[in-house]
Amino acid sequence: MHWEFVIPGYLIVFGGIGAYTWTVLSRARSAAARVPEDRRTFLD
Amino acid sequence: MSGSSLLGDALLVFGKDLRIERSSKVVLSQVLPFALMILILFGFGISPDIRVPIGADGSRSVLAQVTPGLIFLAILFSSLLALGRSFGVEADDGTLDALRLAGLDPGGIFIGKAAAVLVQLLSVGSIVTLGAFLLFDTGVDWTWGRAVLLVTTLGAATAGIASAGTIYSALAAGLRVRDTLVPLLVIPVLAPVLLGAGQAADAALFGAVADGWPWVGALAIFALLYIGVGILSFDSLLEDA
Amino acid sequence: MSSTGTTTNGSRAFAGPTASKATRVVGLMALAGIALLLPLALLWSPPEIDQADAVRLFYVHVPSATVALYLAFGVTCLGSLIYLRNQSVFWDLMAHASAEIGVVFCGFVLITGMLWGRPTWGVYWEWDPRITSTAITLILYLGYLALRRMDLDPTVRSKRAAFLGIISFCNLFIIKYSVEWWRGLHQGQTIGIDTQLDGLMLFTFAWGMVTFVLIFAWLLMHRFRLGWLELQATTTSLDDAIAARRAESPQLTGEGL
Repeated sequence: MHWEFVIPGYLIVFGGIGAYTWTVLSRARSAAARVPEDRRTFLD
Repeated sequence: MSGSSLLGDALLVFGKDLRIERSSKVVLSQVLPFALMILILFGFGISPDIRVPIGADGSRSVLAQVTPGLIFLAILFSSLLALGRSFGVEADDGTLDALRLAGLDPGGIFIGKAAAVLVQLLSVGSIVTLGAFLLFDTGVDWTWGRAVLLVTTLGAATAGIASAGTIYSALAAGLRVRDTLVPLLVIPVLAPVLLGAGQAADAALFGAVADGWPWVGALAIFALLYIGVGILSFDSLLEDA
Repeated sequence: MSSTGTTTNGSRAFAGPTASKATRVVGLMALAGIALLLPLALLWSPPEIDQADAVRLFYVHVPSATVALYLAFGVTCLGSLIYLRNQSVFWDLMAHASAEIGVVFCGFVLITGMLWGRPTWGVYWEWDPRITSTAITLILYLGYLALRRMDLDPTVRSKRAAFLGIISFCNLFIIKYSVEWWRGLHQGQTIGIDTQLDGLMLFTFAWGMVTFVLIFAWLLMHRFRLGWLELQATTTSLDDAIAARRAESPQLTGEGL
C-alpha cells in the first residue's frame, strides 16, 4: 500500500543525487580545462 | 578609536538618520502609505464577509480574527522598505566609509542605525495597528492588561526586526542587488518574530493575557541576541562595505 | 584531457578531475551502501502497521534531514568559524561546498516529507513543526548561496559568507524551536513520526543513516575540489591577463620610442 508515494520519493532522492553529482562533475571538467596541468593540485 | 563612546556615537548616527528622515520624509510619505495599502489589500485577499463563530452565539469576521498576524505582516513588509532606505542613504553617498573614517565606534553605528529604524518602524507600526482595528472592525474588550501586552509586543517585535534587519542589510551593503538580497536573507530570520508577535498579540486581543507574555519574553531575547551580535560584528561587516 | 602518468586511471576518466584515492574509497562504500539500502528499504523490511509501505520513505527522509540540517550546515558553520579565525581558503571552500549539498538534501527532506504526509495525514502539507521549520531553513541557506554568488571582492565575500554561515546555523535552531513551540499549542503529538521501530526496520534505518553520511562525504570531497578548481581557474585567467599585458608592454615601448 502507498507505493505510489514511495516510488516517486526514492526516484526523486536518488535521481536528485545523481543529477547533482553530474552537475558537480561536469562543472569540474570545464573548470579543470581552464586550469593548466601544473596548477591542478589540491589543498587536501 | 580611543575617546569615542559607544552610546555617544550611537546617538550621533541616530540623530543623523532621523534628521535625514525629517527633511526627506521618505518613511512618512512612502513607507507609511505602503503599509496602509497592505492593510486594504488584506481586506481584498481575505473577504471581510466570511465570519467565524465565537462563544455561544457571537461571531466575528475572519479578517478581524486574524488581525494580530496581519498587523505584524504589514510591519514586516514595511520594515524591508525602511531598512532599504536606511542603507540606501549611506551607500549612495559612500557615507558608511565616512562614518568609519571619522572614527566612530562600529557598535555605535549599529545601535544608532538600528534605533533610527526602530523609531520609524514603531511609528509606522502604531498607525498600522490603529488602522487595522479600524479597517477590520476588530472588537476587543480592552483592559489595561491587554493594552500593555499589545504595546510591549509591538516594541519587542519591532526591536527584533530593526536589529536583525540592520545586520542583514549591512551584510548586503554595497551590492547592486541589495534590494532583492536583503528580503531573501532577512525574511526567514524574522519568521520566528512574526510567529511570536502574532501569538502574543492574539493573546492580547482575544486570548488570555497571561499566555502572551512568554512570547514577549522570546521576542525580547531575540532582540537582545541580535543587538549583541550587531555590536560585536558590525566592525568586520562595515570594514569593506 | 591527458593527465600525467601518476594520475591516469580508470576512475579519473569516469569521475573527472576531482577524483582522488579518498573519493574512490568513499564512493565505492557509498555505492555499496546504496546497493544494500534499496532492497532493505523497499523489499526486505516489513511494512509498518499504521503507515503500511509509506514508512519506507523514512529510510531516506530522516537520513536526508540529519545530513542536511546537522551535518552539512554544521560543517558550514564550523568552516565559517575557522575561516574567520585564520582566513583558511580550505575551510572557506568547505563551508560553501557543504552548504550547497545541504540545500540539495534539504530539498529531499521536504519532498519525501510531503510524499509521506499525503498517505499518512491525508494532506501533503500538515504544518508539522519539523517540516515547516525545514522549509524556512531551506530558504535561509538559499540566501547564503545567493550571497556566495554575489559579484564582490572574493575576500569580502568570503568574510560576509562566513559570518552568515555562523548566524544561519544559530537561526536554524531559533526557527526550529519557535515553530515547535507554536505548533505545540495547536495540536497534540504528531502522529506517526515516533513510531516504534524494531528489528529489521531499525537496522534499515541505521543503514540508511550510514549510507547517507557516506554519500554526503563523497559529494563534499568532489564539491570542495570543484570549488578549488574554479578558484584556480579564476586566478589563472587573471594571471594570464597580467602576463599578456606584460608581454605587450616591451613591444609597445619598442615601437613607440
